[in-house]
Amino acid sequence: MLDIADLDAWYGESHVLHGLNMQVPDGKVVSLLGRNGAGKTTTMRTIMGLMGKVRGRLSYEGTDLLKLRPDQVARKGIALCPEDRAIFPSLSVHENLMLPPIIAQGGMSVEHIYELFPNIKERSSSRGTQLSGGEQQMLAIARILRTGAKFLLLDEPTEGLAPVIVQQISRTLAEIKEMGYTILLVEQNAHFVQGIADIHYLIENGHIVDRLEAGEFEKNIAKVDKLLGL
Amino acid sequence: MDFNLNLILGQMVLGLVNGAFYAILSLGLSIIFGLLGVINFAHGVFFMLGAFAAYMLSEVFGIGYWPALILVPLMIGALGVVVEVTLIRSLYKLDHLYGLLLTLGLAFAIEGLIRIVFGPQGLPYSIPDSLRGAINLGFMFLPYYRAWVVIAGIILCLSVWLVIERTPLGAKLRAATDNPQMVQAFGINVPVMLTLTYAAGVALAGIGGVMAAPIMSVDPAMGTNIVIVVFAVVVIGGMGSIFGSILTGLALGLLEGFTKAVFAEASSTVIFVVMVIVLIARPRGLFGKMA
Ligand SMILES: Nc1ncnc2c1ncn2[C@@H]1O[C@H](COP(=O)(O)OP(=O)(O)OP(=O)(O)O)[C@@H](O)[C@H]1O
Ligand SMILES: [Mg+2]
Repeated sequence: MLDIADLDAWYGESHVLHGLNMQVPDGKVVSLLGRNGAGKTTTMRTIMGLMGKVRGRLSYEGTDLLKLRPDQVARKGIALCPEDRAIFPSLSVHENLMLPPIIAQGGMSVEHIYELFPNIKERSSSRGTQLSGGEQQMLAIARILRTGAKFLLLDEPTEGLAPVIVQQISRTLAEIKEMGYTILLVEQNAHFVQGIADIHYLIENGHIVDRLEAGEFEKNIAKVDKLLGL
Repeated sequence: MDFNLNLILGQMVLGLVNGAFYAILSLGLSIIFGLLGVINFAHGVFFMLGAFAAYMLSEVFGIGYWPALILVPLMIGALGVVVEVTLIRSLYKLDHLYGLLLTLGLAFAIEGLIRIVFGPQGLPYSIPDSLRGAINLGFMFLPYYRAWVVIAGIILCLSVWLVIERTPLGAKLRAATDNPQMVQAFGINVPVMLTLTYAAGVALAGIGGVMAAPIMSVDPAMGTNIVIVVFAVVVIGGMGSIFGSILTGLALGLLEGFTKAVFAEASSTVIFVVMVIVLIARPRGLFGKMA
């Protein structure tokens, strides 16, 4: 389980996370919902060890992550699919897929990944950045399934994508969840997370303002919509 | 001007020898700049140290040219590790200018030190026995050793290029050049990668130094002399382009040789003239991606 308590984080002088508290139990899908600038990406970056100045508690399977470099966090089995997808422009699609090193047993085979994402297989020799936005998103997800990481951080995987692609990603996530992965899913699309997350956290101005179990989500939807500014 | 075809061809072949050194050196500079963002002004000094290391191995231990080709890059690479870890590493967060100043200062210091220890005069290093003699190309007698330098230099550069473009190791290097943070977030120890890349880049210069020892004067200034031309090559080719730096190095060696044959007075300036023209017409260089 990932346990975050009283977490503060800064970009230089600007204080962005203010006493964040949340838990992500093993094998669950947990959503983190909030408006632009609420601190969702910063939370992901902090978990990954990418923030310069942080304070508070952040532990995964009992290890204090705040003491680790990003590569050491990755070696604990945590993998990031970032908001900008970070497909490497100098690498082919296949090289992008193969870049993250295997950090544990039990990752998906390349064959299985190609089965899950047939578009990626077709385009495997293209430059990574020649893919469409949807294909890039799939590649960014596919890339971290190979490594054996069991804890996935997905930062707004549906952002800017057409509804059919969103559906395809939704089906993929359902499949991944079925395999027992733990997922922290950052989103602004409440409808998308509703079908898949077990627990929902609502974030505003760098701290958690509410926590909803899947069963409570529907009757609190007005609150969620208000938080998201809809 | 005097157009004697044999002379022109002969000078161009010899120009290719220099071109091979330009290619080896600008390749290392490009790799280092691409990943570390450091313009390594100490590059020429590592070339010079490579030649001196070969000289010392031979004088002190009786170790010849062929083993030196393997041993010297390892020694220079190890020195590169020390330099990166103790000095260069602290500059990554600062402007490129600081890296330039530090490596330039380092170059002066090391060159001065070598001058104090060995004196300014050139030291002799002999051609390996197996490469003595020359081949008649019809238009010239080409010493075997120079032919070896051209062929080995080109093979060396192309191998490095293939490793970078076609292997998983090269993919890591390219990815880290694109986005080091993300590469580190995937579990790759990027700081170690930077160290090893610097070491590999200067080790290449070290190999160049060994190859140069039998045909250039082994003296403290040899690195500075060649690296001035190499920086012009890098500016013409475009900083950060691997293949561009190889091609430009060889091409400018040829051009220099050609000029030597038709208008010898201009042979040492022609590369700088080309540099000025390229800078005006295409400031990023012929193959450059970066500003
Ligand atoms: N590199 C940075 N330097 C300074 N401030 C930053 C930086 N990145 C983000 N911020 C600020 O930190 C706050 C939180 O940003 P963050 O990226 O975590 O938001 P987010 O919830 O992911 O938003 P979005 O939905 O737009 O992606 C914002 O106020 C933002 O302006
Ligand atoms: Mg964000």
